[in-house]
Amino acid sequence: MKTLKTIMMALSLAAIPLAVQAQEAAPAATAPAVAAPAAADAPAAAPAVSAFEHRAPEAEIGQPIAGGFKIQPQVTKLGEDAQWMHNVLLMPIITIISIFVLLLLAYVMIRYRAKANPVASKTSHNTLIEIIWTLAPVLILLVIAVPSIRLLAHQYAQPKPDLTIKVIGNQWYWTYQYPDNGDFELVSNMLPDAEAKKRGEPRMLAVDERVVVPVNAVVKIIVTSNDVIHSWAVPAFWTKMDAVPGRLNETWFKAEREGLYYGQCSELCGARHGYMPIAVEVVSKEKFAEWIRSKGGQLPGEAAPAAAAPAAAPEAATAAPATDAAVPGTAAPAAPVTSQPATAQN
Amino acid sequence: MSDTTATASHFHAHDDHGHHDTDHKPAFFQRWFMSTNHKDIGTLYLIFAIIAGIVGGAISGLMRAELAQPGIQYLQTWTTLMGGAPDFDTALHMWNVLITAHGLIMVFFMVMPAIIGGFGNWFVPIMIGAPDMAFPRMNNISFWLLIPAFALLLGSSFFSGGTGNGAGTGWTVYAPLSTSGSAGPSVDMAILSLHIAGASSILGAVNFITTIFNMRAPGMTLHKMPLFVWSVLVTAFLLLLSLPVLAAAITMLLTDRNFGTTFYDASGGGDPVLYQHLFWFFGHPEVYIMILPGFGIVSQIISTFSKKPVFGYLGMAYAMVAIGVVGFVVWAHHMFTTGMSVDTKMYFTAATMVIAVPTGIKIFSWVATMWGGSMSFKTPMLWAIGFVLLFTVGGVTGVVLANGGVDNYMHDTYYVVAHFHYVLSLGAVFSLFAAFYYWFGKMSGRMYNEFLGQVHFWLFFIGVNVLFFPMHFLGLDGMPRRIPDYPDAFSKWNSLATHGYEIMAFSMIFFFINIFWSLFAGKKAEGNYWGEGATTLEWTLSSPPPYHQFEQLPHIGDDHSH
Repeated sequence: MKTLKTIMMALSLAAIPLAVQAQEAAPAATAPAVAAPAAADAPAAAPAVSAFEHRAPEAEIGQPIAGGFKIQPQVTKLGEDAQWMHNVLLMPIITIISIFVLLLLAYVMIRYRAKANPVASKTSHNTLIEIIWTLAPVLILLVIAVPSIRLLAHQYAQPKPDLTIKVIGNQWYWTYQYPDNGDFELVSNMLPDAEAKKRGEPRMLAVDERVVVPVNAVVKIIVTSNDVIHSWAVPAFWTKMDAVPGRLNETWFKAEREGLYYGQCSELCGARHGYMPIAVEVVSKEKFAEWIRSKGGQLPGEAAPAAAAPAAAPEAATAAPATDAAVPGTAAPAAPVTSQPATAQN
Repeated sequence: MSDTTATASHFHAHDDHGHHDTDHKPAFFQRWFMSTNHKDIGTLYLIFAIIAGIVGGAISGLMRAELAQPGIQYLQTWTTLMGGAPDFDTALHMWNVLITAHGLIMVFFMVMPAIIGGFGNWFVPIMIGAPDMAFPRMNNISFWLLIPAFALLLGSSFFSGGTGNGAGTGWTVYAPLSTSGSAGPSVDMAILSLHIAGASSILGAVNFITTIFNMRAPGMTLHKMPLFVWSVLVTAFLLLLSLPVLAAAITMLLTDRNFGTTFYDASGGGDPVLYQHLFWFFGHPEVYIMILPGFGIVSQIISTFSKKPVFGYLGMAYAMVAIGVVGFVVWAHHMFTTGMSVDTKMYFTAATMVIAVPTGIKIFSWVATMWGGSMSFKTPMLWAIGFVLLFTVGGVTGVVLANGGVDNYMHDTYYVVAHFHYVLSLGAVFSLFAAFYYWFGKMSGRMYNEFLGQVHFWLFFIGVNVLFFPMHFLGLDGMPRRIPDYPDAFSKWNSLATHGYEIMAFSMIFFFINIFWSLFAGKKAEGNYWGEGATTLEWTLSSPPPYHQFEQLPHIGDDHSH
């Protein structure tokens, strides 16, 4: 039995890179090609730009906690508010109600068991108590509803955005466009298990291209899809928005802490629904500028010195087509491998 | 419910003389394949539901086995066994087929047939003093439509559904995953299966409404009906009003898939979110369709074993009506992350929370029914009390999810999975087992084994809690639904949940042994084996009741206590 399991395990692990290859070679052959070379060939295409040093994940934040039983730590004001609403208001209320009902049941089961109470009463009405147990829930719900409605209002009160990112769901990867920064595009695929392990990142969550945003900036997210419905979710931001083909959904977040925050696709989107994670790296303004330039983009107001780079990328794509793109696990490490020492910066 | 008390001797007098053929049964084939008798059709429904439950439960076992540890362990083997290609994507598609089949089977082919078709058919006519359903032959077709529907759904797993064999759309069948995202005949078969099962339920609903409105015995006014009959009446209206919307929604799926329409395709002017609105306009009432008859059953059982009439009878009846009505105007809380406007989200948040009020009335009234009673804890009562507790747990997490702003985090995570399994798998299913043990002697004429019944209850109770409670933690920790593999951080609770499943599955052995042991060797059941607490009309008849009961209608007196 155990050997069978091991074999199955090995088979499935072996199959992942194959599967990745099969999928990308077919429908999205050109799309990943744009990005993968951007990472791999960056030093060659734009030698002036040094490789961007990505940060390593932290154990207790931005990703699920092993054996965890509560909401992931929040790094946005909205997330903290909502977390407060859950932890301080809702959780205690529902726990008290459940325990109250449990105690009531335990009490009647002991006090009114046939042995203790051989003759049943025939009471079937008590208007006062019926009014009380109708009004009490109403009051509790009002206590919940007021902050709940306020929370919703805050979630929709988007400040003026500092940065807009377009998020596009695909079967089964995400693409990100930075329209404010030269409109370059990233294709973000899940890393195979072995590669994630090599980089010290959690399996099923690590991606080859992270979304990078500046800290304390209002980031407007426009979400849509190229095929079926996906959902872009980052638990640490309290952000979740469906990617619906033909619709531009909008949400926002303002991450107040630098770090690496993972999420997963949250709407069933076909076979590899569980295999299209999201990784958002929140960095300082300076690091963000550096990253933008490493992608061949530019900051708003800047001239476009790097215009050559995005132009070069598609060329590179045609020159080195499926091979580079199809194996993100082998192609993409070029940049991050050098960035492994980045752990130190935490 | 002492208001429906009727004197037993009075009816037996009628059964015993004059109508020598009241218990004359047709030959086997005619009786079971061409049946128009509500009790036989009820039995057929129950057998069907048990078979479907075994299939659906086995599928959840496959799912729990795969989820027991991180990585993909079994999917490829199962895919090859089912005749699929052994590659990784096909195996992952298999996962989606499993979750889809589990959901559809449990909803449409286990809970609904058992609770409405099975117990509804058996006891609604008897409880209102009617000889049979209003349209016995329509009753027959209602049941037999389920067979091709189930066959189509099971058969769909052998045909292409896009990435692999079978429909991998989730039970919600969201477009465009179910249209452009799933090539091949499999999803068409699944949709047609839903059409047929829906037609079956609509016919059943028409039958119940007509029966309850027109065939009550003299003196059985609406306000004297047992609460189980009230619950089926409300349920039938929910079915009648919601299922046609589902039929329309999935018909448009079919035409989008096959005839080039674009109802749910933005490139042709349609909208994928329209499908979700239509689906949940059906889907939310649907969850009440599954739980309301359970409310009715639990009310009967708690009253019986407390030897007390139901506390606040009218409040209980109209709480169900209120839940049914409000249940139609809260559907979009299933869609909080689809990109709704802030006003819409606020409305659906507020409207959803309103449902907690009538639900609270029901919980407290059940406790008040027991209060002052003389309680005995036979197996049906254990299931009923378990229902009250676990439904409360599932209900309060529903209040958390009702908050649109908070739901952003929990939406499509295991928190939701935990929530709806607490109300359905621990709510509706507990009420089903309660009903089964409560009425088993009445239906079969033989008593179940009390010891086996109690062992079943306690093991099942422990098992499902170990299975589903950790899912709250997984959800809060951020684990999405409907994934066959997960980040390693989620492994602890997933492993525990699988052990819970094992305990639950083990308990089911006692259930099946009990059925077979009781059918062959059980003690003969008396007419009213629960004694003075059991006051509804089925307890005035023999066990099992005569093939045709109430050839002379009972008369319900005015000796009610409320």
